[in-house]
Amino acid sequence: MTSLPDTSRPGQKKLGLVIDLDTCVGCQACATSCKEWNTQGYSAPLTDIDPYGPDPVGAWLNRIHGYETGEGENRRALHFPRSCLHCETPACVTVCPTGASYKRAEDGIVLVNPDTCIGCKLCSWACPYGAREYDADDGVMKKCTLCVDRIYNENLEPEDRQPACVRACPTGARHFGDLGDPDSDVSQLVKSRGGFDLLPQMDYKPVNKYLPPRPRRSDENAVPAAKLETVGKADGSVTERFFSWLDKALS
Amino acid sequence: MHPAYSVILFTTASGAGYGLLALLGLTGASHGAASSFAFGATSMLLALGLITVGLLSSTFHLGHPERAWRAFSQWRTSWLSREGVAAVITYIPACLFGLLWVFGGNDTLIAILGYLTAIMAMVTVFTTAMIYASLPTIRQWQHWAVVPGYVVLAIATGAVLLYALATLFGRSGIPALGVITMAGLGLAIIVKLAYWAGLSRMKPKYTMGDATGLGGTVRQWEVPHTSENFVQREMGFKVARKHAHKLRGICLGLLALALVMVWAGFSFGGAAAPVFALAAVVLSGIAVVMERWLFFAEAKHVVTLFYGEQAV
Repeated sequence: MTSLPDTSRPGQKKLGLVIDLDTCVGCQACATSCKEWNTQGYSAPLTDIDPYGPDPVGAWLNRIHGYETGEGENRRALHFPRSCLHCETPACVTVCPTGASYKRAEDGIVLVNPDTCIGCKLCSWACPYGAREYDADDGVMKKCTLCVDRIYNENLEPEDRQPACVRACPTGARHFGDLGDPDSDVSQLVKSRGGFDLLPQMDYKPVNKYLPPRPRRSDENAVPAAKLETVGKADGSVTERFFSWLDKALS
Repeated sequence: MHPAYSVILFTTASGAGYGLLALLGLTGASHGAASSFAFGATSMLLALGLITVGLLSSTFHLGHPERAWRAFSQWRTSWLSREGVAAVITYIPACLFGLLWVFGGNDTLIAILGYLTAIMAMVTVFTTAMIYASLPTIRQWQHWAVVPGYVVLAIATGAVLLYALATLFGRSGIPALGVITMAGLGLAIIVKLAYWAGLSRMKPKYTMGDATGLGGTVRQWEVPHTSENFVQREMGFKVARKHAHKLRGICLGLLALALVMVWAGFSFGGAAAPVFALAAVVLSGIAVVMERWLFFAEAKHVVTLFYGEQAV
């Protein structure tokens, strides 16, 4: 059903991602591992048309943008992964005429049933975040599933039961967890780092959060790392005196 | 937004069909059975034909047209589903009305079915417009004149068709029909003028800083992919937007010219009245297709903020 489940009760599970814009290095590992997993998983296939030709086009569930922000000394370039935010009030679900698009009551994941989607593309019009891509070859809409076929999959090792993008991230810039639980690691991370919503004024209530880049440390307050080093006291041993002599002789 | 030709054909053809159907319903409600079998049958078949061709063409842009029946299920939340339901329900009073009106029947029954048909035809056009007007992601479609624009253009193009049919069947002298047709075209011009004036005054509401949450000025230095993806092709349509003002003028000019044709045919057409009427059909037809193309081409989607648009 495209009616939204009631997610207002306290303790409602809201699975989602927390993406750290400070540490993301734009390596595209999350995007490629997402593609690799999902082209054989729930959303399979994720078709690429003319992949090695002059004008390739295909369905990807995760896209990494490069933006520049700030002025002067605070100007910085950052990488910005963009995927479905599994919103609490997603218009992409309510506009669906067939019920193929739905939000799960038990964990809030937004999914498309590939067997009942008619490929009308209206959900992609209703999404402000560009999270849904039409698979022209398959004739249905594709989107992030939060790796629903990994996170509950008991055939996988426990450490692999998280979204492929999170598992692949080499810098730990992607975190997965229950954002409905204020005590969860991801909720605490959002709290301590000032995590934010994308386009909050549109009131889609995204579950996924983004962590802002950390403020640049000013040069005046910076302490050289060498000064902080604690060096052991000289003990006057033969080895120490030998290296001291060697150091002088060579310098 | 990318103007899909199947959607343009659907909304313009079925819009004119529903407009014609509604006016036929009101004609039957006020005048009883059709004046002649030929006129009744031709106009009913044209109305239902345009509607059916439009509805069928709307399934051409689907990835899975064979699953289109599923779209009747989610009328509780989806305007697209409501449109499908309204379109199918409209056939019931419309077909019953058509049979009685064309072949003759009880005037009261014709009147009841005529009003029902007219109401359902307008409800269907309303649901079509609401599909667009209910999307929070496209500000140009949240303008108050979107829904009136769809309804008025449906009535205006339907009225031009009815006027043309009446003249072809030698009944060009009905003053009410000429007045309604000219009023419909005039109202269409006014509503579109108001809509386009509204778009010109519209100030951007969301910025790239809002979309990325980074605030302030954000510049894009790298796109995520080497060629355009679905989101850019569907939502980031920019072709010929720079000609929009010229096209708006041509569209309004064509509607005004159609109005003049109706007036001319009505006032001193005589034997040439059908020629003027057919000219009005062609002019208003081209105008409404242009209007619908602009409706999509001028719509800027919020998602374009992620792809370099600074504000929408």
